[in-house]
Amino acid sequence: MFAMTRRSLAWFKAGTVICCLLPLSILLLRGAGFGNLGANPVQEVLHALGTTTLNLLLITLAVTPARKLTGLNWLLRVRRTLGLFAFAYATLHALTYVAVDQRLDWGGLIVDVTERPYVTAGFLALVLMVPLAITSTNAMQRRLGRRWVGLHRSVYLVAALGVLHYFWQVKLDTSGPSVYALILAVLLGYRLVAWAGRRRRRAVLNRP
Amino acid sequence: MLIKRPAPVRSSEITPESLFRQRRELIKAGLALGLLPGSMLPPQALAAALPDDGRFGVLGQWPNSVTTEPTAYEHVTSYNNYYEFGTDKSDPSRYADMLVTEPWSVAVDGEAENTGSFTLEDILRPHPLEERIYRFRCVEAWSMVVPWVGFPLGDLLERFAPTSRAKYVQFFTLNDRDMMPGVRYPVLDWPYREGLTIAEAMHPLALLTVGLYGRVLPNQNGAPLRLVVPWKYGFKSIKSIVRIRFTETLPQTSWNMANAREYGFYSNVNPDVPHPRWSQASERPIGGGFFTARVPTQLFNGYAEDVAPLYTGLDLVKNY
Repeated sequence: MFAMTRRSLAWFKAGTVICCLLPLSILLLRGAGFGNLGANPVQEVLHALGTTTLNLLLITLAVTPARKLTGLNWLLRVRRTLGLFAFAYATLHALTYVAVDQRLDWGGLIVDVTERPYVTAGFLALVLMVPLAITSTNAMQRRLGRRWVGLHRSVYLVAALGVLHYFWQVKLDTSGPSVYALILAVLLGYRLVAWAGRRRRRAVLNRP
Repeated sequence: MLIKRPAPVRSSEITPESLFRQRRELIKAGLALGLLPGSMLPPQALAAALPDDGRFGVLGQWPNSVTTEPTAYEHVTSYNNYYEFGTDKSDPSRYADMLVTEPWSVAVDGEAENTGSFTLEDILRPHPLEERIYRFRCVEAWSMVVPWVGFPLGDLLERFAPTSRAKYVQFFTLNDRDMMPGVRYPVLDWPYREGLTIAEAMHPLALLTVGLYGRVLPNQNGAPLRLVVPWKYGFKSIKSIVRIRFTETLPQTSWNMANAREYGFYSNVNPDVPHPRWSQASERPIGGGFFTARVPTQLFNGYAEDVAPLYTGLDLVKNY
């Protein structure tokens, strides 16, 4: 009953893509006059794109635990889509900052990246996502073999930097970023526990 | 079910606005001449410290108002930082109607001759109100242009006759759990408090404010009585004031208590002194579109000519 037909899998994939496009579509509609972007539209767009990036990153990281806990292996089939959309939203977020907010003021942007820790964290997260996006194809996965898994573990660091990026820019009320930090801690904690369990089992098996 | 409606007010019963104003002018004149003791006034006259219909009549126009187009009323009253109602910009306009501002009184204590509790009417009575259009710069690097209604803070403070030991003035915001849902969370150490040196407080630009856009202050903007210090970051312009205290030593200020490295006592607008986590070199004017550019921030928010003498010899980088 948990197995999926080819047809329902196609629907599941299409649904995922549509869901990932929703936040952007809503922003575009609000910008186009259906609703509005409020008193500070640039900040509204920046925050919406940033939040969506973090949401998608955490959902991507939730795929493996969800699959292991439920046995629904087909969940894995949308992980790449989710990750690539996270990268796309992060790129739009950065582009909005660089081109719309800062108007390509490269001098100011360099100061931001080097002197403002929250910008540094966000910048590093985006840079680290680039190799993951490039190596996301089946061909690259085959070519890199075991190294692919190692490389793609850096998404843990990306997510941590993303949450830090959020934490370091709030003025005082850290309840928002704390929720993200907590969810990330659970998702990474699950992996740590699973890894410790595997190690223990291996140690037992190898006992003479 | 029958819902009893109050009888509609017949148009013949409504006092014409001109008469209404004349009456108030008469009362004001009587008070000014000392002919009418405040206690002899009928209660409705006492309650009329602020106009009942929420609109001020013809206001004096301050000659030095900013000539830039003011930020839309809608944005001024819906994009607010007032943590007593929540930390989101939309929380104040959402929850501020829980605040009841009548009756209102202000406690005055510390280094002054005339201390005690004063009603809002006591506070406002002798002061002619005027409209002043000021630039307003938030520490979060956004800005507005607001037509405030008020009078110079110094004119009020003088009435309390501060002693020679009064070097600073501290202000406190109302701290009421029932009317302010945000104070249930310890984001800041309530009550909110702010302070100025006595020289800053006496500066003619420091405005004690009761209105904006010719109307009584909406609650989310700090009704019924707030401060506007246009050359400092917005958080210095404390809202809904219930206490004024004259002190000899540097008073506690809320954001400084929360994070002294990021928020100094002075907090003068200064493009060359970045916030430790972000730049203050430019600001985003509220009400612009998605593609509107940021504008450069000015020293003392453009009021340098007037207020720079307050800080001669003071290192503005150290005394941020």
